[in-house]
Amino acid sequence: MSTTTCPECMAEIELETGTELNEIIVCPDCGVDLEVISLNPPEVELAPMEEEDWGE
Amino acid sequence: MIRASIIGGSGYTGGELLRLLLAHPEIEIAQVTSRQKLGEYVYQTHPNLRKQTSLKFSSPEELQPTDLLFLALPHGQAQHHIERYAETAKYIIDLSADFRLRSPELYEEWYGEPHAAPEWLSKFVYGLPELHRAELRTAKYVSGVGCNATASNLALLPLIEAGPLDTDKPVIVELKVGSSEGGASANPGSHHPERSSVVRTYAPYGHRHTAEVIQEMGLQNVSLTMTSVDLVRGALATVHGYVKDGVAIKDLWKAYRNAAAGNPFLRVVKERRGIYRVPEPKILAGSNYADLGFDLDPATGHVISMCAIDNLMKGASGSAVQSMNLMMGFEETLGLEFMGLHPI
Repeated sequence: MSTTTCPECMAEIELETGTELNEIIVCPDCGVDLEVISLNPPEVELAPMEEEDWGE
Repeated sequence: MIRASIIGGSGYTGGELLRLLLAHPEIEIAQVTSRQKLGEYVYQTHPNLRKQTSLKFSSPEELQPTDLLFLALPHGQAQHHIERYAETAKYIIDLSADFRLRSPELYEEWYGEPHAAPEWLSKFVYGLPELHRAELRTAKYVSGVGCNATASNLALLPLIEAGPLDTDKPVIVELKVGSSEGGASANPGSHHPERSSVVRTYAPYGHRHTAEVIQEMGLQNVSLTMTSVDLVRGALATVHGYVKDGVAIKDLWKAYRNAAAGNPFLRVVKERRGIYRVPEPKILAGSNYADLGFDLDPATGHVISMCAIDNLMKGASGSAVQSMNLMMGFEETLGLEFMGLHPI
């Protein structure tokens, strides 16, 4: 396993063995979707998520 | 086992105390007093306790010496009898507002009359473990907490403790609260046709619990706006303030994460998926958790902090039992493990 940081909340994230490039993972702290953009060094970025809007 | 008695056990906070203490492995309930319900079985007033206890309400005049007294009386009564109560028990937890404020002047300013026992105010520790854990471990006398004050103080705690809030700017707390905050006695406003479906701002400013926020958070420029909504249990505080220059969302994450890590009943709720993305009182009914959420408008520095609680639990009896656990050297979470219901 290797470790990186969530760009949203700065939580430490462990990439499990077998994680693939471009895989979408979920931050265990803030729940944001993250795309794995590099395995070595481990790096993730925010992935698009559906926004909620009940105000219409 | 610690022997505990409850003075004024027929109200909602008294009933909630009984629910918690009857299941507590280290507590034996000796007496529950009520003038109004004298001689009646406790479960006839608190029906959820049926088959849990055969206790009957006794007279406060027949109070026997005990280890610990919970005072669940209407505000303004305990201060007139505190000397007698202190002769009855070594430890006292008063759920009313009588001993929450340290300053007699602040009490008179917010409660409109001089305190009857001002020399006792400094003997009490404010009973919110998230703020006074170390003092509670050695306390003999503990005050209860205001439910709205608790939701406000816990929403503010990460912002004050870690320092990102600009305290020179006004802090506004908007509270939505359930009907059980009004207690077990009916009034014209609680009549079902009048209370049902209500969204009523009954205290735009000047609510008495503001004094507890001023005292505990050290804020001078703070105002609470109270709105009753169609809930039985629950309070949601939404704080509006401004962060200091340079504070980013990542700094807030750190502050809230640290607050939750150091307090077993604080949880951060800031989700990007699912229905419960922000704190909601609905799923906290019966639990002692306080759920915290936040957001930041980076363009303006406007910070929004939320705290949801069950007003009868974290906002009253739950915090009282949590404080008792600390006073007595028990595990802080003992008897408070219920995690709530979903769906509800």
